[in-house]
Amino acid sequence: MSCFLSNSSLGKKLVMSITGCFLVLFILFHMSMNITAIISPEGYNAICEFLGANWYALAGTLVLAAGVVVHFIYAVVLTLENYKARGSQRYAVTVKEPNVSWASKNMLVLGFIILGGLLIHLFNFWAKMQLVEIMGEHTNSLGFGPADGAALIAYTFSHWYYVVIYLVWFLALWFHLTHGIWSMFQTAGWANDTWYPRLKCIANVVATIVFLGFAAVVIVYFIQSLCPCNGGAC
Amino acid sequence: MNFTLKIWRQKDAKSKGGFETYKVENISADTSFLEMLDILNNNLVHEGKEPVAFDHDCREGICGMCSLHINGLAHGPGQGATTCQIYMRKFRDGETITIEPWRSAAFPVIKDLVVNRGAYDRILQAGGFVSVRTNSVPDANAIPIPKADADESMDAAACIGCGACAATCKNGSAMLFVAARVSSLAKLPQGRVEGARRAKAMVAKMDELGFGNCTNTGACQAECPKSISIAHIARLNREFLSAKFED
Repeated sequence: MSCFLSNSSLGKKLVMSITGCFLVLFILFHMSMNITAIISPEGYNAICEFLGANWYALAGTLVLAAGVVVHFIYAVVLTLENYKARGSQRYAVTVKEPNVSWASKNMLVLGFIILGGLLIHLFNFWAKMQLVEIMGEHTNSLGFGPADGAALIAYTFSHWYYVVIYLVWFLALWFHLTHGIWSMFQTAGWANDTWYPRLKCIANVVATIVFLGFAAVVIVYFIQSLCPCNGGAC
Repeated sequence: MNFTLKIWRQKDAKSKGGFETYKVENISADTSFLEMLDILNNNLVHEGKEPVAFDHDCREGICGMCSLHINGLAHGPGQGATTCQIYMRKFRDGETITIEPWRSAAFPVIKDLVVNRGAYDRILQAGGFVSVRTNSVPDANAIPIPKADADESMDAAACIGCGACAATCKNGSAMLFVAARVSSLAKLPQGRVEGARRAKAMVAKMDELGFGNCTNTGACQAECPKSISIAHIARLNREFLSAKFED
């Protein structure tokens, strides 16, 4: 059985589907956690404190990293195989087929944008929070405590270029999810003509909720940074 | 109607091909696309030139032989139709029409617009059949089959194996073809018996022949001349995965 997950085309796609599902669930959890930062910065910091570098957070981080790595490696392997299967001679004329979404044909490119955004995000947050705790230090390079997530958010999104980068990142994620979410059901075999419109609707709704949830934090903190009085009380 | 045709010419499988331009004039709007190519070939023969090689047989949309990529679309403009069912009224007078063979590593060009689609035959040989004793023909109603199942099976069985799915897919995937064959038998009690073995064998052969991996773009469904749904791909995934997990 382990063999078909790495040797067969449908097995490899199942791995993409399962890791994709896991990452979607993580993203929903992360987004819910982020929204707390708008409602209550203290509450958000309490969550940061609860997670920190505790064993369960470290185990979760490792599983999550494994999910991202497997999803990425399988995507690259599948795309290389597909490139080879397409052949060296390409069509001179191509047209967009009806009802074929742009995202479905550009999942790898979107994946690279998402990965790039993830690396920036790890540098901005993970390296200044959990990594600082793992290293046994009490303040990060910006002088904040490793559990002071709200201050770090406020600092990061006071820079307009990070606001732009993160919004582009979320947009790429939106496109990726609009195809990825319904596609994971199709790959697992849980789809039919009745359910396609429903699954695509669910995919669009979830992708939009994820985009709005993440973007709200970025925009709210950016607007607060524009206010001369601290804390957005004005 | 007058047309300028940009047609892929290739002497044989090993030669390097290229586009050549031809003019055809006074073509009736009710001429079929293949008849228009017949007229072109007739002119070429009269001029002492090599006619354009292209596949065709029944010319009524059921044999799956015609296989042209016309103006960027498998089987040309219009959905749910093969190349032989396309008429010149679908094009504008004076239009330049680009005609290419299927492009897929598993379908090598033999000559001009003719490709070798033997890979599909080999996938079928791997499991696209029902093993039965060849006694006398049984009564048609001996095994009751629900109407919905029979309809779904027939929808899948409409596949003519033309290769448009793999030729259209950006991944060169043959999933719609394999799915249609697996699905048409899986929905019937006679085919159900060998369902697990069939799905595994046909997918293994498809992978072995170098077809790509399906990424669910749905382009195959859009270009299939028989409008076969990707719901059959979902069924193939189900059949294959449950067979593998049962191993």
